[in-house]
Amino acid sequence: MTEPAAQSFPGATTRERHPLKAIPAADWAAALESAAKEVFGPEWEQQLAKFIVFLRRRVSGDYSVDEYGFDRELTQRFLLAVLRPIKEKWFRVEVRGIENIPTDGGALIVSNHSGTIPMDGLMTMVSVHDELGRNLRPLGADLVFRLPIVGNIARKAGATLACSEDAERMLRGGELVGVWPEGFKGIGKPYSERYKLQRFGRGGFVSSALRTGVPIVPLSVVGAEEIYPLVGNIPALAKVLGLPYLPITPFFPLLGPLGLVPLPSKWLIEFGEPIRTDAYDSSEADDPMLVFNVTDQVRETIQQTLYRLLGERASVFG
Amino acid sequence: MAERTGPGRVLLVTGVSRDLGRRFARAAARHPNVERVIGVDVAPPRGDIGKVGFVRADIRNPVIAKVIAKEEVDTVVHLSVISTPGSTGGRSTMKELNVIGTMQLLAACQTAPSLKQVVVKSTTHVYGASSRDPAMFTESMEPRRNPSTGYARDVADIESYVRGFARRRPDVAVTLLRCANVLGPRVASPIAEHFRRPVVPNVLGFDPRLQFLHEQDLYGVLAHAVRTGVPGTFNVAGDGVLTHSQVARRLQRLTVPIPEPMFGLARFGGKEYPAELRALLTYGRGVDTTRMRSLLGFEPRFTTEETVVDFAESVTPSANRADRALAALESRLTGAPGD
Repeated sequence: MTEPAAQSFPGATTRERHPLKAIPAADWAAALESAAKEVFGPEWEQQLAKFIVFLRRRVSGDYSVDEYGFDRELTQRFLLAVLRPIKEKWFRVEVRGIENIPTDGGALIVSNHSGTIPMDGLMTMVSVHDELGRNLRPLGADLVFRLPIVGNIARKAGATLACSEDAERMLRGGELVGVWPEGFKGIGKPYSERYKLQRFGRGGFVSSALRTGVPIVPLSVVGAEEIYPLVGNIPALAKVLGLPYLPITPFFPLLGPLGLVPLPSKWLIEFGEPIRTDAYDSSEADDPMLVFNVTDQVRETIQQTLYRLLGERASVFG
Repeated sequence: MAERTGPGRVLLVTGVSRDLGRRFARAAARHPNVERVIGVDVAPPRGDIGKVGFVRADIRNPVIAKVIAKEEVDTVVHLSVISTPGSTGGRSTMKELNVIGTMQLLAACQTAPSLKQVVVKSTTHVYGASSRDPAMFTESMEPRRNPSTGYARDVADIESYVRGFARRRPDVAVTLLRCANVLGPRVASPIAEHFRRPVVPNVLGFDPRLQFLHEQDLYGVLAHAVRTGVPGTFNVAGDGVLTHSQVARRLQRLTVPIPEPMFGLARFGGKEYPAELRALLTYGRGVDTTRMRSLLGFEPRFTTEETVVDFAESVTPSANRADRALAALESRLTGAPGD
């Protein structure tokens, strides 16, 4: 075919057309159909219909949230689905001791806290949901609920304010509650102090567990310390912005948004043996000595487990 | 008080110039156990008050004590606490009507030997709304930050006077009803007006939890409180919570997100949002209604969701295109006619 096509059809003209106009509608339909097959599988019509029913339900507000604002559907179909690949592919989270969490009824998971942003909480949520089928209800600082968007997502994901009223209400309601008693002292500590547990608040979580008689499950998370190694802090600017700390990591703010990508450390998370509190009388929750002792017991368990897990991990990125 | 024999009860209802007070008073007057109902307000009622005897009096005025004594009132239902200045004038008049009015009314009640019961409609706004709030307030919880101005402050003051009165007159059954935001096809309140707008402003990045009490249930709980005479403070709200976005979607309203600092400054249709409503639309609030069920023995007929569904019938949808498009797509896919 050396001859130009125009010569074999004398009188043919060419015209500038809209690039999409040339494609017949039937081709469009076929393309969409195959795309739908690709996404939803061979049963695409039903799958797509189901998806549209879901979308309609969301658009018309015909779904329910619980009294804390937990949107189960949104969390399971969207939030956890987004976090799952990060847990499995990026941090390669290894979960141990899941059998230590009761399969039903109230329980309080107490964890160490690290990593500049509460990624450890999110990964724990996905792990507990995927391994046990229960929703972890995190308790968050009031800063979380003061921030726009963050606070909104936190409530939708099942979090509520870390206060004794909410903690006890959730535990009495048979929820699996997660608490990070180190708070900002733990999450915002410098990299040089990694895996050294900070003070465990004032032991309010122990009082709540004693009052409701639920077991305390200590959780040790190894790996979150290395995702954003905190090498510096700008306390003055943080104070102006009303934040507990303003992190400087080796890559942030140096690399800008790219510095927000967490380092792919290897994570080990281990749920320890539950500490039973039902043997105590609920009035003993007001005994400061008992609260102090149980707090210390939980803290020591987590600290020892951290050291052991660190020894078992081949390397930070192992 | 529940089973009174002999002559029927005599009710004094304050705030009958407004819809809520008028409707309650009219319904109460029809009850067979009620001998007569006296409606009191500074302005005449705007609609039919049936058998209710109207006394045009300012409750800030000692005249009210004479009315209570002369008519041998045994039950006072205090409904005249207003949330917006409205036609009464400015904020200072509103505060005076609310706070000084309640003080005077209670002072009059204190000296009335015939008095057996006082029912006060309060609001869950007394708990405030902030990021440090527990998810569900019980009656024993205090607001995290005491309101310094506005309706919420008035109500906090009023409640403390009511509690003081209850201490001084232990023989009188005092029922304080902290009602969630009332919604219904006929309700004109700041939050009802908010959701009636064709375009509903919301606070950017916040999706507060809201609880509603249906108008019918408000009349129901007032009548129940008068009938049973259970003393105490009770949260009253429909079951369950809805988020602001859910309500807007149920009502098929378009929402416009406005950053929080600007929300306080913005004038929507010339009207400023009152402080307690702005706080509610930012942080939301939930109240625990266990005591309402177990102690007061009241069961609302409408849940929060049913209240919104009923309210939705009174507003014309302004944004239902997305739903219509999805419905069309759904019917095409399934071959079934979409609704």
